[in-house]
Amino acid sequence: MRRCRPFVPITVPSRASSPPDVAPTDESPAEGATASWEHFSHDADIGLVGIGPTKAEAFRQAALALTAVVTDPALVRSVTAVSVVCRAGSDEILLVDWLNALVYEMAVRSILFGEFNVEIADGELRATAWGELVDQGRHEPAVEVKGATLTALRVAPVAGGGWRAQCVVDV
Amino acid sequence: MDLSSLIRKSENEWWISPVGDMGVPGVIYASERLVRDMDEKVREQVSNVATLPGIQRASYAMPDAHWGYGFPIGGVAAFDPQEGGIVSAGGVGFDISCGVRALHTGLSFDEVRAVKGQLATALSRSVPAGVGSHGRIHLDEAELDAMLSGGAQWAVTRGFGFKADLDVTEERGCMPDARPDWVSARARRRQQDEMGTLGSGNHYLEVQRVVEIFDTAAAHAFGLQQDDMLVSIHCGSRGLGHQIGTEFLKEMAVAEPSLGIAIPDRELACAPVESELGQRYLGAMRAGINCALANRQIITHLVRQAFADVLPVARLTLLYDVSHNTCKLEEHRCGRVLKPLFVHRKGATRALGPGHPDLPPAFRDTGQPVLIGGTMGTASYVLVGTKDGERLSFSSSCHGAGRAMSRHEALRRWKGRQVIDELAARGIVVRSPSPRGVAEEAPGAYKDVGAVVDAADHAGLSRKVARLEPLICVKG
Repeated sequence: MRRCRPFVPITVPSRASSPPDVAPTDESPAEGATASWEHFSHDADIGLVGIGPTKAEAFRQAALALTAVVTDPALVRSVTAVSVVCRAGSDEILLVDWLNALVYEMAVRSILFGEFNVEIADGELRATAWGELVDQGRHEPAVEVKGATLTALRVAPVAGGGWRAQCVVDV
Repeated sequence: MDLSSLIRKSENEWWISPVGDMGVPGVIYASERLVRDMDEKVREQVSNVATLPGIQRASYAMPDAHWGYGFPIGGVAAFDPQEGGIVSAGGVGFDISCGVRALHTGLSFDEVRAVKGQLATALSRSVPAGVGSHGRIHLDEAELDAMLSGGAQWAVTRGFGFKADLDVTEERGCMPDARPDWVSARARRRQQDEMGTLGSGNHYLEVQRVVEIFDTAAAHAFGLQQDDMLVSIHCGSRGLGHQIGTEFLKEMAVAEPSLGIAIPDRELACAPVESELGQRYLGAMRAGINCALANRQIITHLVRQAFADVLPVARLTLLYDVSHNTCKLEEHRCGRVLKPLFVHRKGATRALGPGHPDLPPAFRDTGQPVLIGGTMGTASYVLVGTKDGERLSFSSSCHGAGRAMSRHEALRRWKGRQVIDELAARGIVVRSPSPRGVAEEAPGAYKDVGAVVDAADHAGLSRKVARLEPLICVKG
């Protein structure tokens, strides 16, 4: 498994302990989940994971993991902003929709994203993604992402606090 | 994969007995070594597919099978709509009608070798490849509709290639019953500037040399001789296919509870063939097939232009064009009954045997050319469909080598420049805008394609005809 350093270090505020069986809400940052992303192996494709103290942060990290399939997110400058809105009946379909919205924008704009602001409330995700046009020389983009799949799809609170959002993307 | 869960029927045929909700057995065609190397997920996915409504005969896995999403990649399954049979977006995959076409060049090895660097550069300039690349053709809505209805036939009418190309393309270059009106605005938008582009990842454009002939008669029928030079093009339906797959995979998953289909895993999201959703997917997916056929036809035209600049003596004629991510309505024998079935091939190649009425006249006595892509450093193969293939696997065979390791592991082991230099030392020219992409596609990241085609040959799915080695490889 490939693990990155946190893209943007998150200072997790201390909090009163909460029962471990109570899922943290998006509005209640939890301890124990430093914002980070990972890739995990899938035979032909790539699994990606976003981890964060909130669901929105986990989704943001999953988006960074998506970019990292193509290039190093640190190589992408924030030149252009794109707004994304998704609504779904479950957190897991919302994750798929979010990633697929980014795949679509990347494809039609020939753009790569390196930074994201994500808010989630009442099943609706509102986000701004910042990025720039693909530069084949500087970005060395490895592969196009075709779409996010339902494979290994999971959005759930993690033990000790925070959220984990993951799925396999087809490349 | 744990062999103890399988019943070995022959050297290259392994059965999974039907248990639980499995309506049919699972059948894996592979050598013991290939089966051992398969992920346990392949057995699980083959078994899961066997539970789907209306499945006929068996849930099959080809020798290059590996873990997919819902269906294994290298999976074949056929469904009878009269028995509640389904169609699955995951059973076709995101890259609808991804496939391979091979062209004769009429050139000798020495003729190409003398200008291989110049030719590689001309090909890489002629055919846009890689993330962020655009084609030189912009399609407006009316032309998109015409392309999605007409496939390679549309491309030929627009001047991209010749009518003779269509004679040796599956479906004669046009998948019937496509419904462009069921292709979303977003899918259309993704394709407007992507016609004639190669893509990235495992897609490639290669100039290859015939280094070995296994079946002289079939090779003769295919026009292949030792040291002939071919061009192979591997790509699919680009952004349009990806978007169709994306949208219908989700729509089927969300609709699942209302469709009354019990599935063991939501990745198997599907819809009855006869349902409105099933019909809508089939119409859009067929439009995706036409997009892929048109795309490979346009790339063929661009390849011809590049050759005309560097080697004007070349005469590029199409050997054949096959797709390996499709669902097609075909007649197959189930017991004593000939049934129309919806055959899903996901990472599997149709391999019609001799005498099949859908074959072009040139191949009717021989069987269909089956084009198997390898890696930029190993080999590709031409096989031929067999009579037995219908009984064994609904006339299906393998499609490639299949990855042996993840992209990250490949990136950890190799650098792109190192791979390019090592291949250059072996006489293979690689052109790619992305060294990282080359590293992820390093030959060592793939299984032994020779073992895969040997298993397909020994199992009777298709028969080896010729082995090809790359001289030039253009990657995205």
